[in-house]
Amino acid sequence: MAFISSGYNPDKPMENRITDIGPRKYDEFYPPVIKNNKGKWLYHEILEPGVLVHVSETGDEVYSIRVGGARLMSVSHIREICEIADKHCDGYLRFTTRNNIEFMVDSKDKIEPLKKDLAARKFDGGSFKFPIGGTGAGVTNIIHTQGWIHCHTPATDASGPVKATMDVLFDDFQNMRLPAQLRVSLACCLNMCGAVHCSDIAILGYHRKPPMLDHEYLDKMCEIPLAIAACPTAAIKPAKVELADGTKVNSVAVNEPRCMFCGNCYTMCPAMPLADDVGDGIVIMAGGKVSNRITAPKFSKVVVAFLPNNAPRWPETTDCIKKIVEAYAAGANKYERVGEWAERIGWERFFEKCELEFTHHLIDDFRDPAYYTWRQTTQFKF
Amino acid sequence: MAKHETPLLDQLESGPWPSFVSDLKQEAESRTKNEKGVNFQIPVDVCEDLLGVMELSFKHGRTHWKHGGIVGVFGYGGGVIGRYCDQPQMFPGVAHFHTMRVNQPAGKFYTTEYLKQICDLWEFRGSGITNMHGSTGDIILLGTTTPQLEEIFWTLTHDMNQDLGGSGSNLRTPSDCVGQARCEWACYDTQALCHHLTLEYQDELHRPAFPYKFKFKFDGCPNCCVASIARADISFVGTWRDNIRIDQEAVKAYVGGELPPNGGSHAGRDWGPFDIQKEVIGLCPTSCMWMEGDELKIDDRECTRCMHCINVMPRALRVGEDRGCSMLVGAKAPILDGAQMGSLLVPFIKVEEPYDEIKEVIESIWDYWMEEGKNRERLGELMKRQGFQKLLEMTNIKPVPQHVQEPRHNPYIFWKEEEVEGGFDRDVNEFRKHHLR
Repeated sequence: MAFISSGYNPDKPMENRITDIGPRKYDEFYPPVIKNNKGKWLYHEILEPGVLVHVSETGDEVYSIRVGGARLMSVSHIREICEIADKHCDGYLRFTTRNNIEFMVDSKDKIEPLKKDLAARKFDGGSFKFPIGGTGAGVTNIIHTQGWIHCHTPATDASGPVKATMDVLFDDFQNMRLPAQLRVSLACCLNMCGAVHCSDIAILGYHRKPPMLDHEYLDKMCEIPLAIAACPTAAIKPAKVELADGTKVNSVAVNEPRCMFCGNCYTMCPAMPLADDVGDGIVIMAGGKVSNRITAPKFSKVVVAFLPNNAPRWPETTDCIKKIVEAYAAGANKYERVGEWAERIGWERFFEKCELEFTHHLIDDFRDPAYYTWRQTTQFKF
Repeated sequence: MAKHETPLLDQLESGPWPSFVSDLKQEAESRTKNEKGVNFQIPVDVCEDLLGVMELSFKHGRTHWKHGGIVGVFGYGGGVIGRYCDQPQMFPGVAHFHTMRVNQPAGKFYTTEYLKQICDLWEFRGSGITNMHGSTGDIILLGTTTPQLEEIFWTLTHDMNQDLGGSGSNLRTPSDCVGQARCEWACYDTQALCHHLTLEYQDELHRPAFPYKFKFKFDGCPNCCVASIARADISFVGTWRDNIRIDQEAVKAYVGGELPPNGGSHAGRDWGPFDIQKEVIGLCPTSCMWMEGDELKIDDRECTRCMHCINVMPRALRVGEDRGCSMLVGAKAPILDGAQMGSLLVPFIKVEEPYDEIKEVIESIWDYWMEEGKNRERLGELMKRQGFQKLLEMTNIKPVPQHVQEPRHNPYIFWKEEEVEGGFDRDVNEFRKHHLR
């Protein structure tokens, strides 16, 4: 493994340095049918799950075959994607915001060979490499965060629960039987790199134990004032602590009943770890959306306060999600999103239909917005 | 023979959904075999050790990654996230496992030629593992060592005309929806605006000078496919202010069942024959539509452009022609003071090169936030702390009823002295002449 230089000279870092050039320009990567018809599209139609046609005023058509993918992807896998795109799509493809891959062709007769090719490719373990679907009134790919593959603050894994959930919801990835689209998202802690807080169903990693305090190292590893300032509930204060060997060190103390387990202190101070095998787990939220269609965008609501991190397949989490999806499929009107359905039937009915227990944890007690979630009317259902 | 036993991960190889475990194993095997004779610049068994540390996390129920150290490329304060394993002896291949964020092209269209260049570079100088894409939008290259960072950056900039994305307290990599490239609903060219602003604000993107992260996202229409309204400090949502274009012949075709409603998206179930009254007119949130004979009528002045009717009948209804975008500000995930949705700041603005009006709004927001924002305070939190009125004042935008869901519930108005006739300076002795103590 001899070091090979790219041309960079560490002694003269500014020599021939190129910076601030930004990304490649988008239109370098447009397939011809896109380049020729940009801004001229008239309408689209989903011909079957995973297959869309867009029709232009020029008469051109582009057929997009959408396939799911684990967003965690090796270069071997990307090369296989390229091989398919070279074979069927003149060397072009795109990714969607929800980690799907779209292979585009410019005539109808190219669809079947492409579909056949995609459907035939499987990993050695047996899973599909390129399942076709993710369109219309069904479940599309889960957007998610890093989890245990790469992050330092997660309260659950990401790729694992996503794989387990998509296996359970797979039929609805390839079907369009639901009343409307159903978006599932996962964030492995409430930093929410994935911004899951407006999803039909959100899987959220959460800690339930206050930080441990590594007193001996805390003052050496952290800026104590920053750790104190990081706490949104002012639960952390400075403290002098006597170690077992009698030395006195500067550290912090945590007012545990005030801790909301957000982990913000740990982000600022690595000597305050929260992670715990039984303390950590999953919160299920439901009823959010980002679209302005019919009703305004909505936040997801917490419907299950805690489910354990039961690796490798998180059965409690996938069971819960399946129950919500089935109750929604059975009860919602055409075009109604999960949150709109829940509001129409009432949340008391939502818990009944989804067979979920309502507990005190689900009543908001965090600051001013809490009041607006309590019931201020005599209208309710028995 | 695998380097580490992974009995828990192995259980994620079955089932129909693409298995990341199988893919990691495939990459591990490809590196071991090294049929192309790549001179790997980081350990050949990096993927084996990644599987190993992942298995350990599955066993422990806890992550094994530490906080990042300060690593990066010279002159940039973002784009690289330092990452170290907390069990380096057990998994030396991933002891140093830094992430690089590569700024994706707007719209996420690619040529295979470009992607193969990325693959070659990342196999040679990194783990060969990526995210396509990260949540913000970047191409994420997961796992390399410190000495490789400058080399990768050199190759990206010199051989691929490609820059890094943002991280830390700076402008994060902007991202957009597919837009006019392949969508009939896009009310402006999301890719053009996204790309233009990304280039315009390269300094803000690469050199952290902000109180905290700042995100731009570009949605072509109110369907909000990139979720800008939920997660961008400034979201640009396409809209129009004239009339929905109606093709009455196509309306008849929908009513007559010749065209599938909602572009065929409900084909997986028999919902019965299409009922325009129930499915379109009855669901319109402003009740601004009706039928006159077999003609569909819309009172466009009352329409709030929710997209429902257009979504249901894409061949009959099209967005208007006087198009632009709405700018909403302050959205964020829950950390720290609860989640916030974007609040409408600019109801309508034209999206035309060179976008000077848009930049004026952006820069006035930044001036305000950089002056008043506390360390790690998102724009939305500053707005909550100081009020929406303050934001209007700082951006010099006139208050209009469109800014609120409803007027305030309390009369506790912070009147300013200059707003009250005669000011606040009064003579108490003069007052006492008429009001005895």
